[in-house]
Amino acid sequence: MATKERIALTGNEATAMAMKQINPDVCAAYPITPATEIMQIFATYVADGLVNTELVTVESEHSAMSATIGACCAGARSMTATSSQGLAYMFEMLYIAAGLRLPIVMPMVNRALSAPINIHCDHGDSMGTRDAGWIQINAENVQESYDNLIMAMRIAEHPEVQLPAMVTFDGFIISHAMEPVDVISDAEVQEFIGKYKPRFSLLDIDNPITVGAIDFNDYYFEHRRAIAEPMINGVIKVTEEVSDEFAKKFGRKYGIFQEYRMDDAEVAIVVLGSAAGTAKYVIDELRQKGIKAGMIKIRLFRPFPYKQLAEALKDVKAVAVLDRSDALAGMGGPVFGEVRSALYDLPVRPITTNYVYGLGGRDITLDHIRGVYGDLLSIANEDKVPANLVTYLGVRE
Amino acid sequence: MANLKELSKKGKTLASGHRACAGCTFPIILRQVLAAADTPLVCGSATGCMEVTTTIFPYTSWKTPFIHSAFENAAATISGVEAAYSSLTRQGKYDKEVKFITFGGDGGTYDIGLQSLSGAMERGHNMLYVCYNNEAYMNTGIQRSSATPKGAETTTTPIGKARQGKQQYKKDLTAIMVAHNIPYVAQAAPSHWNDLITKVQKALAVDGPAFINVLMPCRLGWSFQPQYGMQMARDAVNSCYWPLYEVENGVYKINSKP
Repeated sequence: MATKERIALTGNEATAMAMKQINPDVCAAYPITPATEIMQIFATYVADGLVNTELVTVESEHSAMSATIGACCAGARSMTATSSQGLAYMFEMLYIAAGLRLPIVMPMVNRALSAPINIHCDHGDSMGTRDAGWIQINAENVQESYDNLIMAMRIAEHPEVQLPAMVTFDGFIISHAMEPVDVISDAEVQEFIGKYKPRFSLLDIDNPITVGAIDFNDYYFEHRRAIAEPMINGVIKVTEEVSDEFAKKFGRKYGIFQEYRMDDAEVAIVVLGSAAGTAKYVIDELRQKGIKAGMIKIRLFRPFPYKQLAEALKDVKAVAVLDRSDALAGMGGPVFGEVRSALYDLPVRPITTNYVYGLGGRDITLDHIRGVYGDLLSIANEDKVPANLVTYLGVRE
Repeated sequence: MANLKELSKKGKTLASGHRACAGCTFPIILRQVLAAADTPLVCGSATGCMEVTTTIFPYTSWKTPFIHSAFENAAATISGVEAAYSSLTRQGKYDKEVKFITFGGDGGTYDIGLQSLSGAMERGHNMLYVCYNNEAYMNTGIQRSSATPKGAETTTTPIGKARQGKQQYKKDLTAIMVAHNIPYVAQAAPSHWNDLITKVQKALAVDGPAFINVLMPCRLGWSFQPQYGMQMARDAVNSCYWPLYEVENGVYKINSKP
């Protein structure tokens, strides 16, 4: 069994620690609340000579991703971290990183997007980039934010994947909250992630390559089809394999989603992030009363586990999808759309509704979640699709 | 000083077959810049005429390793490459001597690329930024940039009944680069190849960032016949429109005295 050490860390501290243990060749840093601390703490490691990393203190997030892309193309293991507006600012570069098949791993602290400007937890930022071709792995708590980052290195760099990955966790709720974390030793992290084997390098002078060529309409489609392939076929398999290996070595087993008390669940919620932790408390309460409540906490959001989710929800009578962002398409949040799509082909579909909650850091409470399950039970009893599918939970209408 | 005999031994530093316009002067500039180097290079470019004409998949004109990522970030991208080089060399994972040159048009340098250029220069990366300056956004069909001279006709500053040409004077980017206190800043022109090549050699020899602003006559945007590219550059220098000068560690030296 791996060496065990349990210490108190915030999400940002745990992320910085994982990065120290990963010891990337290059890191680009630009501050944004609530991710700033990650690079701040990491900078102290650089200043103390505890890592080999070349820290590039860039002048914007767009340049942070640009420099990270440049470094990765030069055969270096490269990382950066951001949130919200910073992620939005580097939007075009995210697509470019994926298009160039670069295994860049980036901690991304979930924060609301302007306008209005808001620094608190909200999933709008990562949801807004869901079509960029980045793998997205979500954490419920500090332990997961730490473990996910280590596993993400292996997933992104896997020869059957070669795509960038963002490792998300809730702003302030996880980034700034201190929780007990079982940390892995430096040597074991290094052994788990292995040496970086770049597919190509600009520094391979004897074999010069051109990176970022222009494609006309005779090649673009083929290059983009190639990116779709790991998203369709490779990432889920690799994530499961890496998770299995992680479980064997370090004792913590993760699936592409967590099924909490789902075995005989009649009503269930689907949720990402820290609200899952709150939900578990309510579920345990309901189970005490004999109510068959369960939850699916999505970890791998991109690619989305359509088939697996349909399989996990097929016997549930009523499902509520909790979205911490609004897709502003006229019917709720982005996860709602994904889940309904996943369930569409089932011969018997659960009645599926949506709760948009927690925008801009608005708290989601035990009572809110009790209310959701109350609604689910009513729906399950009536066995009728409610007239209103989308509820904005916790807002003053 | 550039020696023509030595330079001629370098052969074709940029492969033919690229799609630059007949009479375009950036291939001439590029061949001069690439010939000036005595160490292996890694090159970069912003989106623009140079990039789209030399890297049409599955072909490339670049014999050096080359990276293009986006429009406004040639400096940021190459700074990442340079950072990787520093890191890998420092860790003993890489042992070759390599220099870094990135190119940007005036659009991608004076305007949209100014922020990332400033950042890279300020951070002190060991790199050379060459602005190939045709004084407008030529790749998209001749739109004004902040490098366009006052009064010039472009498609976004047309000559009309109410307004004629670009209203503003051009921005002095070379002075902005001097204000960054980098070791080497210069203005050059392809008509004066010896001066240009010498400047590139000096720029590559400094330890730190260097910037060279190269006037790039554009036959389509400036409306001249393709054979007059070098004549245009020479006239620009000789009329004092485009003075050739260099600033080494803050000390100005005028190179052209027409």
